[in-house]
Amino acid sequence: MVWEPRIFKDLHQIPRVEHVFPGTPLCAGCGGLESLRLAAKILGNRVVYVNAAGCFTNLASFPFTPLDASWLYTTMGSAPAGAQGVRDALDVLIAKGRLPKEEDVTVVVLGGDGSTYDMALSSTSGAITRHLDFYYFCYDNEAYGNTGVQLSPATPYGARTTTSPCAVLHPVGAMQEKKDIFEIWRAHNPPYIATVSPRFPLDLEEKFTRAAAYQGPKLFLGFAACPTGWLFDPAYTPDVARLAVECGFWPLKEAINGMVTHTYVPKLSPVENYLKLQGRFRHLFEPTLQKEAIAHIQGSVNAYWERVNLAERTG
Amino acid sequence: MDQKNQMMMTGNLAAAWGARLAEVDYVPAFPITPQTEIVEALSKWCGTGELNARFVTLDSEHSMMTAAGAAAATGARVFTATSSQGLLYAFEVLYTVAGWRAPLVLVNVSRALASPITLEPDHNDVLAARDSGFVQIHAETCQEVVDSILLAYRIGEDPLVCLPVLVNLDGFGLSFTREPVRLPEPEAVRDFLPPFRPAHLGFKASAPQALGTAVLGGSTYSYFRHQIHLASMNALRVHEQAATEFEQCFGRRYDVVEGYRIEDAEDVLVMSNAFASKGKAAVDAAREDGRKVGLLRLRMIRPWPADAVRRALRRRRAVAVLDQNLSPGQGGILFQEVAACLYHDPERPRGLCSFIGGLGGKNISEGEFHAVFEQTAAAGKQGQGIGPVLLYTEAEHREMEQLQFLAHDLKTGR
Repeated sequence: MVWEPRIFKDLHQIPRVEHVFPGTPLCAGCGGLESLRLAAKILGNRVVYVNAAGCFTNLASFPFTPLDASWLYTTMGSAPAGAQGVRDALDVLIAKGRLPKEEDVTVVVLGGDGSTYDMALSSTSGAITRHLDFYYFCYDNEAYGNTGVQLSPATPYGARTTTSPCAVLHPVGAMQEKKDIFEIWRAHNPPYIATVSPRFPLDLEEKFTRAAAYQGPKLFLGFAACPTGWLFDPAYTPDVARLAVECGFWPLKEAINGMVTHTYVPKLSPVENYLKLQGRFRHLFEPTLQKEAIAHIQGSVNAYWERVNLAERTG
Repeated sequence: MDQKNQMMMTGNLAAAWGARLAEVDYVPAFPITPQTEIVEALSKWCGTGELNARFVTLDSEHSMMTAAGAAAATGARVFTATSSQGLLYAFEVLYTVAGWRAPLVLVNVSRALASPITLEPDHNDVLAARDSGFVQIHAETCQEVVDSILLAYRIGEDPLVCLPVLVNLDGFGLSFTREPVRLPEPEAVRDFLPPFRPAHLGFKASAPQALGTAVLGGSTYSYFRHQIHLASMNALRVHEQAATEFEQCFGRRYDVVEGYRIEDAEDVLVMSNAFASKGKAAVDAAREDGRKVGLLRLRMIRPWPADAVRRALRRRRAVAVLDQNLSPGQGGILFQEVAACLYHDPERPRGLCSFIGGLGGKNISEGEFHAVFEQTAAAGKQGQGIGPVLLYTEAEHREMEQLQFLAHDLKTGR
């Protein structure tokens, strides 16, 4: 089945209105911020962002914020519980007539991969189980970025971070496979989950628009190409984000009530094209070519898409 | 005093009644012994509609405190409760919500901390939270638990304070002890405690605001943290006013400290919470033996009522602080605070003694109190304080040795 956007077929359809304004303290070329900017065009400004500790915590630095929506910084491990408190309080205050219905706001958790994949899992699992009506937006830059790029459970095999260096005992860098948070969420049976990339803006806008129809927990995993952590020139953020999808490394997909659909089927260009753009994988290519490591990464990508094809043929 | 609405109830049920009478909007919860009865009662009342509030079970105390703070920051009146390990699990959030200036009431049912893991009370849990920015009120009786929760909302929600408040009661000794409690009439409570309508809090579509934002640089940070300190200090006079109105409404008076037979006392024993009742009985017994002793119960721990403590303890021959907590490598926590606020008084007691007792629910016997009074009097006469002295009887020591022998035998198979 080929996925077709229902609304967003042309770039001109993307709302021109901005809700994330320029001049943030984030790094130049932050792919996560680009995703947030596109997301906010659909989410609007009747929003409260419930933030977990991470790069985006810098967005609201007293007395500035680049957002025209509300903001609540919580902790690293409990932003979804913060969302629970805000949502519940809004519901109670509206029901008791203490807050006019038209003052209601959408609750959006804003967390990085460190929080999303590990520390806030208990809090997230609880919120999904309680069927909390909220969005969860994760900017996934595959490392603890704000602390200077350390290994996170989202770091892929072969990536170099400051705590998974290319070393004599482990020359490939990170030895783990990236945790599959999409499937962890899906096992909780929320109504809507999607991955997005800012280089596929129509796909992104379409998904945020679709998700609005569903009440309950809605996850967006935003690919956050990270010049600072991944060691590439900020000018290449769009290329890195595009190639991550084209080589099959970052599948674009959604799951509605558990049913997974891949929203873009890439031609699967060799992963080397993607890896070579980034300093975090440079040790795989020089001073000696680590053929096995590159083959391992390619093998994982191929295996993923073989499973997808099999599922779609039989499904 | 009329006996209407007087019921026998546990400290836990009294805490739940405090929340019910305060007509809270939201109860995020997580079970932990010995607190659980509180959230069970509230869950039942939310289910029957006797309390018009939303009850939600969170996945941990860390999440529970986050939800509590976030709901209060949105403008709801929030109640929650925990104990011991739960309070520590929520620890970073205590500081966070105090910084949000989100008034809510947290009941802590004191229980000693692991390890070794246990269920019985002491105050290492609640005193660990003393620097969080929460106002702390420690209750001795079930009646005081209900009343303190109403006072806590009144104080925390006052624009001069705007801080969360922790009300402490002892696990087991109070949480599971039934006492007669006079429940205030809901109408009278509404007069005493106005509805929560915070001007500075809330997330509205028409008026976006950012809360808990990052700050860059120590001067901005210092400013905000010092604001919390000033607000907490304001709670002393806000408490005074609230207590006066409370007395007018309900006929019961609470001060930041409570003196018991203290007027003519030469030596004073300082205690807090439910074991203070044992201390008062010990004072009565000592008085019968001809000792001029009294007891000072610390009721408000944060803000620290330095003036009230100083007024109560100056010109005494000797003062003994009985801490039901232990800061390893230091001694009693409250002893330090009492000593610090007496230092500059030219008429400070001649002897200042530190006793550690009741750890993990250990009883404090009449004999131990007798020893405390005896040693304190001697310290006063000699002009030299003692401590920290651990209260531990010979019988308890023998019992412990037997357990050790048994453990050794089991280990070695003999």
